[in-house]
Amino acid sequence: MAGLLQVLVLLVLLAAVWRPLGDWMARVYTDERDWRVERVLYRLVRVDPRSEQRASTYAVAILVFSFAGVVLLYLLQRLQSFLPFAFERGAVEPGVAFNTAISFVTNTNWQSYVPETTMGHTVQMAGLTVQNFVSAAVGMAVAVALIRGFVRSRTDRLGNAWVDIVRGCTRVLLPIAAVAAVVLVATGVVMSLRSGVDVLGVDGRPSTIALAPAASQESIKELGTNGGGIFNANSAHPFENPTPVSNLFEIFLLLVIPVALTRTFGRMVGSVRQGVSLLAVMAGLWGAMLAVIWVAEARSASFAGANLEGKEVRFGIPGSALFADSTTGTSTGAVNSLHDSFSAFGGGGALLNMLFSEMTPGGVGTGLYSILIVAIIAVFLAGLMVGRTPEYLGKRLGRREVTCAVVVVLTMPALVLLGTGLAIALPSTAGRPGMPGALTNAGPHGLSEVLYAYASAANNNGSAFGGLTVTSGFFQTTLGIAMLLGRFLPIVAVLALAGLLARQPRTEPGPGTLSTGTPLFAVLVAGTVVLVAAITFLPALALSPLAEGLA
Amino acid sequence: MTAAPVHSDHRSPAEAEELHAGRTGRAVGAGAFRPGQLLESLPTALRKLDPRHQVRNPVMFVVWVGSVVVTVSAIVDPSVFAWLIAVWLWFTVVFANLAEAVAEGRGRAQADALRATRTDTVAVREDGTTIAATELRVDDRVVVEAGQTIPGDGEIVEGIATVDESAITGESAPVVRESGGDFSSVTGGTTVLSDRVVVRITAKPGDSFVDRMIALVEGAQRQKTPNEIALTILLSALTIVFLLAVVTLQPMAGYSGQQQSLVVLVALLVCLIPTTIGALLSAIGIAGMDRLVQRNVLATSGRAVEAAGDVSTLLLDKTGTITYGNRRATALHPLPGVDAADLAAAARLASLADTTPEGRSIVTLCAEQHGLPAGASAHEATAEFVPFSATTRMSGVDLDGRELRKGATAAVIAWLGDDTDRARLEAISTGIAERGGTPLVVASHVRDLSSYSSEDHARNRALGVVELSDVVKPGIAERFAELRAMGIKTVMITGDNPVTARAIAAESGVDDVLAEATPEDKLALIRREQAGGRLVAMTGDGTNDAPALAQADVGVAMNSGTSAAKEAGNMVDLDSDPTKLIGVVEVGKQMLITRGALTTFSLANDLAKYFAILPAMFLAIFPQLAALNVMRLATPESAILSAVVFNALVIVALIPLALRGVRFRPSSSDRLLRRNLLVYGLGGVVVPFVGIFVIDLLVRLIPGIG
Repeated sequence: MAGLLQVLVLLVLLAAVWRPLGDWMARVYTDERDWRVERVLYRLVRVDPRSEQRASTYAVAILVFSFAGVVLLYLLQRLQSFLPFAFERGAVEPGVAFNTAISFVTNTNWQSYVPETTMGHTVQMAGLTVQNFVSAAVGMAVAVALIRGFVRSRTDRLGNAWVDIVRGCTRVLLPIAAVAAVVLVATGVVMSLRSGVDVLGVDGRPSTIALAPAASQESIKELGTNGGGIFNANSAHPFENPTPVSNLFEIFLLLVIPVALTRTFGRMVGSVRQGVSLLAVMAGLWGAMLAVIWVAEARSASFAGANLEGKEVRFGIPGSALFADSTTGTSTGAVNSLHDSFSAFGGGGALLNMLFSEMTPGGVGTGLYSILIVAIIAVFLAGLMVGRTPEYLGKRLGRREVTCAVVVVLTMPALVLLGTGLAIALPSTAGRPGMPGALTNAGPHGLSEVLYAYASAANNNGSAFGGLTVTSGFFQTTLGIAMLLGRFLPIVAVLALAGLLARQPRTEPGPGTLSTGTPLFAVLVAGTVVLVAAITFLPALALSPLAEGLA
Repeated sequence: MTAAPVHSDHRSPAEAEELHAGRTGRAVGAGAFRPGQLLESLPTALRKLDPRHQVRNPVMFVVWVGSVVVTVSAIVDPSVFAWLIAVWLWFTVVFANLAEAVAEGRGRAQADALRATRTDTVAVREDGTTIAATELRVDDRVVVEAGQTIPGDGEIVEGIATVDESAITGESAPVVRESGGDFSSVTGGTTVLSDRVVVRITAKPGDSFVDRMIALVEGAQRQKTPNEIALTILLSALTIVFLLAVVTLQPMAGYSGQQQSLVVLVALLVCLIPTTIGALLSAIGIAGMDRLVQRNVLATSGRAVEAAGDVSTLLLDKTGTITYGNRRATALHPLPGVDAADLAAAARLASLADTTPEGRSIVTLCAEQHGLPAGASAHEATAEFVPFSATTRMSGVDLDGRELRKGATAAVIAWLGDDTDRARLEAISTGIAERGGTPLVVASHVRDLSSYSSEDHARNRALGVVELSDVVKPGIAERFAELRAMGIKTVMITGDNPVTARAIAAESGVDDVLAEATPEDKLALIRREQAGGRLVAMTGDGTNDAPALAQADVGVAMNSGTSAAKEAGNMVDLDSDPTKLIGVVEVGKQMLITRGALTTFSLANDLAKYFAILPAMFLAIFPQLAALNVMRLATPESAILSAVVFNALVIVALIPLALRGVRFRPSSSDRLLRRNLLVYGLGGVVVPFVGIFVIDLLVRLIPGIG
């Protein structure tokens, strides 16, 4: 009952901000004027905010910006010993530094390190937190560029990537994150520059409990669907997520922008219904997966009728299921419970949520463009069935448009399947008698762990199933590649698509064209999401969660 | 408007096809699909097993490679199961070839009938020398006399002749062709019935109209259409995903405890990739073209057929499409003080010798409404006929010193002089024009007063007005309503004044009107519509239509039109029936719908195949996966074999549908989508469950399988 109440409160909160936040973001990305602080920034980096870029230039800007981010973040970690607030944690290992740099720039925030012992506060605040903001802003910029492709006609300009990234930070992420951080502090989240406090444990032995500027990073970690915790236990740590209230607020934060972006989309294309039908798809699938995880966890009777292994008692089944569903549905990857300890179907639900290609509701910006791509595929199939060359939002979907969409759809399954296939084929993964492998579990659960790792990396989710040791060179490299390609291949294809769409004239939809703002269309898109995931991953899933769950 | 007889009624596409087949004796391609066609096409299908042919279709090429792999592994490690899978995989490839071969075969039957018209003609040059028709070059001039066959496509540069075009159009009534103007074009293979003409050849040998038609219906020149390419990309991408899914399954299976045999993996792959649509895709395209040919419309490319489905604006000529072409008398309006019977008598007498459709319709009206005889009496036959001329704009008769005239209001008023009720005549005339009709004033002028004593017959006198109306074809309003539901806007093109045009538009239910249309107006209208992103279709026959035909996305030239018009358009209607434009749009839509429906069906099929194959593959490692065997298939071998057999048979089962096209009833896109999703989406999920179950009941009887 209390669980349902949490869901209700969450939905009410999201419904309340959907309209104002969505409208605000639409204004942010269509505004002709710059804020003073933005003008200073543009002058500093010598960008003319009124100039607009072609799709190719826009893509190059995004790539260069991200590459520079990787280099800076890498250097910052390697030079940690010279930085203040390093607490003698020293320079970060090259492999870890590289993986972490990629991980945070791609908005994955996969963590192959223990934050409390590896990263000082300067790297956390000036490095990781900065990427938490800008990687999210990049996702939003790409989504907005795609929307502009639909809205504009007969132009090769998609807007200015620098302006879109800056505005995403200054007008959306920074203000909300600032307020959210204060709220989090109020709920008890730690905010301290000290390295830790010395305490005397109940057993009489002294120990040190690590402290960190958690609240400020926690707010953008959720808001930007990043997910990289400042403590190793992530959102299960009482300093990051102390109470059921902070838990619910964090879930709200990670859902709020992806959800509100559907309103932004509707406003910008001039028909709110178009956004609502996409929101319905997101909400429907999110709800369905929540039910799967919740029921699976509540029914698998390891303790007193529910599976509480790896879960925080202060959150219980509902708070854990809600968090797990939302974090895997949004490409956040923060966790407040150990997904590895979930029941077969519960963990499978979290896994499937990622295999839906992160669009329920998906990451900040990435969720919107991912679902738009699926909508394009759905329109292409259904559009043929109404006897016309398929059109979506007045743009015809021809050979080149479909090619771009197909590249986006193809990337993630290819990375996940190839990565999993390769990893599981290695003898070092499963191990031999006498020589332990990377997997702690054998059988179907072990396969789930590998599949989960690559699904998490390729979808830029970043949550770890656990149970898999990923510190080997093989995993660091292949997961890094999965993160990079999983992030930037779709971005380039989406921007190319946006460019193609912007060049087309926009046709007014008529009774002969497929109407896309309808419940029927929402069902069609949801069906396409499920069908694509099902036909791609059913064989793999049959050997992992299905085989485990049916046993 | 057209030299060929205008079809005066609107026919449904099916009726039109039937009629055409009857007239040409070319019923081969039309009509229902016969199972015998499968057998006839088998040799062609086997020839298509050539890998060079297969590689053009990525999906089927994967099946082809899979068949080779399984055959090799069956030879190396023989078992009943491996051999049966190998055989059925080859069947899958052959069935796909069969679909294409049957579609081409139907086209070829049409082509043979056409080829028969292209007999070895000998052409006579102007200087009297003879040359084989196949040797003719562009700009050669040939003489064709009565009874001879025109050796090639060309233009009459000298003379006038009646031509029998039935070989091409199926229309038995001869048409008149003459040099200059819009009726100068002739088609090779047609026969001159009378007179002698000099024809300038306009088409290279092998590139004549008939040649192009043959090439197109045989599928020889078929290029993939834009939508087909886009769909092929999507299907190829899906094939890649499935390839990855199956290839990476092997290490996962190995980890789980049991590697899978190559035969099983290939079987899984073939069942998953969209073979159904991959096999039928080209057949759908060929059949779409074929359906157009059956309607006697020749498209220059498949692209044009596809564009027809996308059309959102139809420009329709008023005459012949919306109305019956000729105006007919529909009412008599006597002036005050004139007896209606007197007006009828005068109107009839003035029209008796007038053989134009308008004149005849006046006589008919008088016969129907006033019981006046339709034929002329012996006395009336002595009247002197005064034909219509452009200067007088009147026609009539002179009889017994009395001149009876009918003509345009202004012309008759001028002829009568001042002593007439001008205001009243003009009032009636304007009223008629506003209703979309044409007023024809009837007046008499008595030369010899002595023969008439009655005061009724003043010297010069207007009697009243005959109302001629354009009669809108029955059923056309419903037709336009259907088009509107499909999201297609209709624009009537007419040379009439705006008042008349609007009246006819209102009656016929057309959406918009372009009145007093000049060729420039048409072109401007097309550009305006296209600027809004709408695709435009139009028909035309004159040289001055050529720019508009070229600009339109779908330009249907009438076969009776000039060669300039035919060159400019991307379709030619051999029957010269502008009404068919609507049917052309439907063929285009049907082709796209068939593709979409079969793709959806094909993808939806995968669900059932997973439920058949996955538990079968992994039962040995994970017995609990038997829960997924919802069809209760007998053994792993029978389950996999059943899925492969179903996958092959469904192709054959769907060949008739691919050729015929899915049922298309004009309605809104939402209703179409809902219906097709239900039939082909939901149907695609359910049908294979039933099919695989039934096949398994038989397959399990095979020793070594069950």
